[in-house]
Amino acid sequence: MGSITLKQVRKAFGEVEVIPGVDLDINDGEFVVFVGPSGCGKSTLLRLIAGLEDVSSGTILIDGQDMTEAAPVKRKLAMVFQSYALYPHMSVRKNIAFPLKMAGMPADEQARRVGHAAGILNLTDYLDRKPGQLSGGQRQRVAIGRAIVREPVAFLFDEPLSNLDAALRVNMRVEISELHKKLATTMIYVTHDQVEAMTMADKIVVLRAGRVEQVGSPLDLYRRPANRFVAGFIGSPNMNFLEGEAAAKLNAHAIGVRPEHFQLSTTDGMLAGTVGVAEHLGSDTFLHVTLDGGTHVVARASGEFPVDHGDRIWLTPAEGRIYRFDQQGLAL
Amino acid sequence: MARRVSNRRRWFFTILAWGVALAIFFPILWTILTSFKSEADAIASPPKFLFFDWTTENYAEVQERSPYLRHFLNSVIISVGSTLLGLLIAIPSAWSMAFQPGKRTKDLLMWMLSTKMMPAAGVLIPMYLLFRSWGLLDTRLGITVVLMLINLPIIIWMLYTYFREIPSEILEAARMDGASLKNEIVHVLTPMAVPGIASTLLLNVILAWNEAFWTLNLTTSKAAPLTTFIASYSSPEGLFYAKLSAASTMAIAPILILGWFSQKQLVRGLTFGAVK
Amino acid sequence: MATKHQKTLARFMVAPSVLLLLGWMIVPLAITLWFSFQSYNLLSPGMERFIGLTNYKYFLSDPAFWQAMANTLMIVGGVLAITVIGGVVLALLLDQPIRGQGIVRILMIAPFFIMPTVSALVWKNMFMNPVNGLFAWLAKAVGAQPIDFLAQYPLMSIILIVAWQWLPFATLILLTALQSLDSEQMEAAEMDGAGAWAKFTHLVLPHLSRAITVVILIETIFLLSVFAEILVTTNGGPGYASTNLTYLVYSQALLQYDVGGASAGGIVAVILANIVAIFLMRMIGKTLE
Ligand SMILES: Nc1ncnc2c1ncn2[C@@H]1O[C@H](COP(=O)(O)OP(=O)(O)OP(=O)(O)O)[C@@H](O)[C@H]1O
Ligand SMILES: [Mg+2]
Repeated sequence: MGSITLKQVRKAFGEVEVIPGVDLDINDGEFVVFVGPSGCGKSTLLRLIAGLEDVSSGTILIDGQDMTEAAPVKRKLAMVFQSYALYPHMSVRKNIAFPLKMAGMPADEQARRVGHAAGILNLTDYLDRKPGQLSGGQRQRVAIGRAIVREPVAFLFDEPLSNLDAALRVNMRVEISELHKKLATTMIYVTHDQVEAMTMADKIVVLRAGRVEQVGSPLDLYRRPANRFVAGFIGSPNMNFLEGEAAAKLNAHAIGVRPEHFQLSTTDGMLAGTVGVAEHLGSDTFLHVTLDGGTHVVARASGEFPVDHGDRIWLTPAEGRIYRFDQQGLAL
Repeated sequence: MARRVSNRRRWFFTILAWGVALAIFFPILWTILTSFKSEADAIASPPKFLFFDWTTENYAEVQERSPYLRHFLNSVIISVGSTLLGLLIAIPSAWSMAFQPGKRTKDLLMWMLSTKMMPAAGVLIPMYLLFRSWGLLDTRLGITVVLMLINLPIIIWMLYTYFREIPSEILEAARMDGASLKNEIVHVLTPMAVPGIASTLLLNVILAWNEAFWTLNLTTSKAAPLTTFIASYSSPEGLFYAKLSAASTMAIAPILILGWFSQKQLVRGLTFGAVK
Repeated sequence: MATKHQKTLARFMVAPSVLLLLGWMIVPLAITLWFSFQSYNLLSPGMERFIGLTNYKYFLSDPAFWQAMANTLMIVGGVLAITVIGGVVLALLLDQPIRGQGIVRILMIAPFFIMPTVSALVWKNMFMNPVNGLFAWLAKAVGAQPIDFLAQYPLMSIILIVAWQWLPFATLILLTALQSLDSEQMEAAEMDGAGAWAKFTHLVLPHLSRAITVVILIETIFLLSVFAEILVTTNGGPGYASTNLTYLVYSQALLQYDVGGASAGGIVAVILANIVAIFLMRMIGKTLE
């Protein structure tokens, strides 16, 4: 129970149209990730779904019911904020119990649910602390706990991990994924970290300037990007684009090759160039190459690849791994 | 070498600062000392600083002449009452302006503050006449409402600056958690803003306690707070220094102590958030 | 920032204070305006009649008005000058490493908590009294003629009393601002070879400008309507030497019972205050942004 449908949802702040019109179907139990560059409207879209902002026009259905005008609490969604938004004057226990108290739940049921959530999230020992006495990761878990106890039809996360350090972020990422497996509740997750997007999502929604560019599973987007924007946005390091002669040979305005899809050689190949910076990581080698035409590309070799600044190098795109785009940037 | 210079510097500034501070505080100190003198000692020349016969009879006499306790109670009721009433009205307003700001919010705040600039003289006569015809002259209710109105802009402004420091995400979280507006304000906003609300309360109690235009003009005896009580000593028959000092000491002591305990919060509150 | 529902709620929540303040401003002001066109004396009730601008003519041509006006500005300007300059100096002093800073602060802030009637009475009787006051004794001790402050320099004396009450306020706000000055900035300036005066004018003063604005705003609000200090010490005299607009209106209305004339004065005072307010609000609006 947690399908969400957006029909022609549009949002303008005064004169500024932030979301020109979004159609989107989210199925029950799905883990959906919104990605896109900063300012593209990810948070706004999430807040529209949550009911924290009014839509300018369009319809929001939750479980088939029209919730466009409903107050946030009526939508039975729970949200985890980037800043955690914990109540600083309440203990962890009270924080987690707050939505239950607001719903007028009996005290023993509140206690049972808080205990259960704390168990899931390893917070049992911290229940009587104030948020100020917790680490970033623990705070994050309290925020999630507060969301879980309400047994919402869907969870909304707005960049929940961006305030954590890199190591913790990896841990929490796994925890949230596990939580999703355990609860099997719909989750909508906003991030601009594409590793999070690729690893966690059942379905990725790529946004640009308030428009949905493409919707699909992570590997779908990786393999079959609908346009240059998505192709450039998904995958790390970014896809290389070549225009001009190389593209014309393949009847395209531009072609794209991912760094990992180049075969490297120090003797011959399709494209010749000079190594600029060579990053030797041991497991991988990233080469920043200036092709003879002047185009800069990045190539990845797995394992060690013994070249250095100034060396000549030849790159050959792997068979069937060349993406072709037309004048408008649409995939051919 | 460097240490000795800085030490000398430190002593220089210490002595200077203490000297200035004592000079500024001296009138208050002198008043308190005089309140324990006999009337003769009070006007002795040369003045007696510490070596006189300490007595508390002035306090007894002041209380006899005009019931200090009643005026004290009036002051408490009027200043605390007007502030609490003001807070009750101001908290929702400040919530609106801090968390649901519109294009005109800033102008609205400015306008509110500007009502404080309206000279009391401009409205004294109608207020006096209205109070007279409503039977509110010399009543606690009347003066409480007036003091609430004149301090309302300051209360709103102070709360507004405190509320704005609270991240709106927390209130949104409360909304997601199913808190009604009332619960949002009662369970989340107000407890988080306690320090700010406390200093707003303190400052406005002090301002109301010391307010001396409306209290002097709208109260005479029954509802008269300490300001009016003290002003009655300005007529010549009351001109006894020791008794005047005793009455003054009693009038300022409560608020002086309150103010000393809360001076940090007060200063912060009074800057309207312009100085952190 | 939020939904329409929230916005509507917000309108409802500001409404009470807006309506109260509007009522508080407009109702009495309208009545005052009405009275100001009437011949209305409390001593001769039932004789009220419309006399147009006569009250204004009398009030504005009364030399007392111009003097009261000048006195009002003198009090505001004088006290502001003393407290802002003095406040900066004292704040700089208190910002030095001194022993017992806490107690010094407590001693210094005290006058701010003293009710105006008390401070006026204390200064009037125990310090400025030409016979028994401490100043008189001091004068005699050095062989000089005691000065009757309130008779000879009434306005200056009142400015002094009021400044004593507001100096601590200015000092503490400026001190708070001073203490928030980034010490690295100061050190950087020292590295750049800035002297003490250069540091003061280029770093400290600009940093204090917001705080100074706040001090000026708040003090002006209160100084425009200084009343108790005058009532208790000089009753506006001798003559009108220490009468400000507030006191003039008060004395016309409640001492001479001339409601019409006093109302005209009140309206004039309101207009003046508005001119000052517009000016100040501009300044504040800019700095507090
Ligand atoms: N309350 C508002 N009023 C006016 N404009 C707003 C408001 N909230 C957001 N915007 C604008 O809408 C656009 C989208 O903002 P949003 O916060 O949704 O971006 P985002 O994709 O979440 O970006 P980020 O990754 O930086 O969080 C931005 O250009 C922002 O300036
Ligand atoms: Mg965002």
